[in-house]
Amino acid sequence: MLTLYGRDFASRLLLGTARYPSPAILADAVRRSETQIVTVSLRRETRGNQNGQAFWSLIQSLDVTVLPNTAGCHSVKEAVTTAHMAREVFGTNWIKLEVIGDSDTLQPDIFGLVEAAKILCDEGFEVFPYMTDDLVLAERLLAAGCKVLMPWCAPIGSARGPQNIHALKTLRSHFPAVPLIVDAGIGRPSHATQVMELGFDAVLLNTAVAKAGDPALMAEAFGKAIAAGYAACQAEPLEPRDFATPSTPILGQAFS
Amino acid sequence: MKLIVNGEALDATARTLQDLLTELDLTGPWLATAVDGDFVPAGERIDCTLRDGAAIEILSPMQGG
Repeated sequence: MLTLYGRDFASRLLLGTARYPSPAILADAVRRSETQIVTVSLRRETRGNQNGQAFWSLIQSLDVTVLPNTAGCHSVKEAVTTAHMAREVFGTNWIKLEVIGDSDTLQPDIFGLVEAAKILCDEGFEVFPYMTDDLVLAERLLAAGCKVLMPWCAPIGSARGPQNIHALKTLRSHFPAVPLIVDAGIGRPSHATQVMELGFDAVLLNTAVAKAGDPALMAEAFGKAIAAGYAACQAEPLEPRDFATPSTPILGQAFS
Repeated sequence: MKLIVNGEALDATARTLQDLLTELDLTGPWLATAVDGDFVPAGERIDCTLRDGAAIEILSPMQGG
């Protein structure tokens, strides 16, 4: 079971809800992925246009846990206010905290992130920080009150897969008891398997599913890939070697 | 009164945040509001008097990653 802030989940995939071709395909992708947690956002409502109501009704019909985000916020103040608004609308203390520092790479403003995390944790929020893979940043976020960490493995939407395996391994080894979720940069199911094999607890992704040719099929593939990676980690995979090791016994070999 | 609502200039007759939502035909429990960058809970909108030039945000659930 994946335990996040005291809540248990069988699936280790967290799925974003943006950029799907249609609401029906989004719903199909959520079902086939078997995810139990989806991320949602808040945006300006257009006058006379009840888009938000329709979307919220769809999400509620999927019977999943929602993780609201503060996507697009570039300051502590914006992120904290957005978190307050999300708590009221979605009825949850969970918040995926994003404080963006650079518009091109969508790299987190790590200083603002720690500051906002401290404010929100003190207010009773259960914070899921979207962060870089920096070890010291991780320590500061835990000290701020975060019980879950969500390092990127590549820029959001880049589909580049893990760019710094060493940094991800370092986080895992330093914080064996902290739920670690790779958030952002996953492009293919094999990337997700790879980070799960490193011992990560879960993967959060969106674009790799939403922009695939068949989003629902890709969602299913990711669900299976993440489960496979988790099982492989539990099974303790072999370490790579420099030289060959015969797999067939030498004892009893003919002509020897 | 001149307001900035969701980033756009608006001439409104409303004097409170609650009245503004009614004037804009934006109602429902799925809406969240902020005035001048500060969250205003639904229960406080009726007492939230708007000043000339105030910046109001009216948000609702949307797709997110």
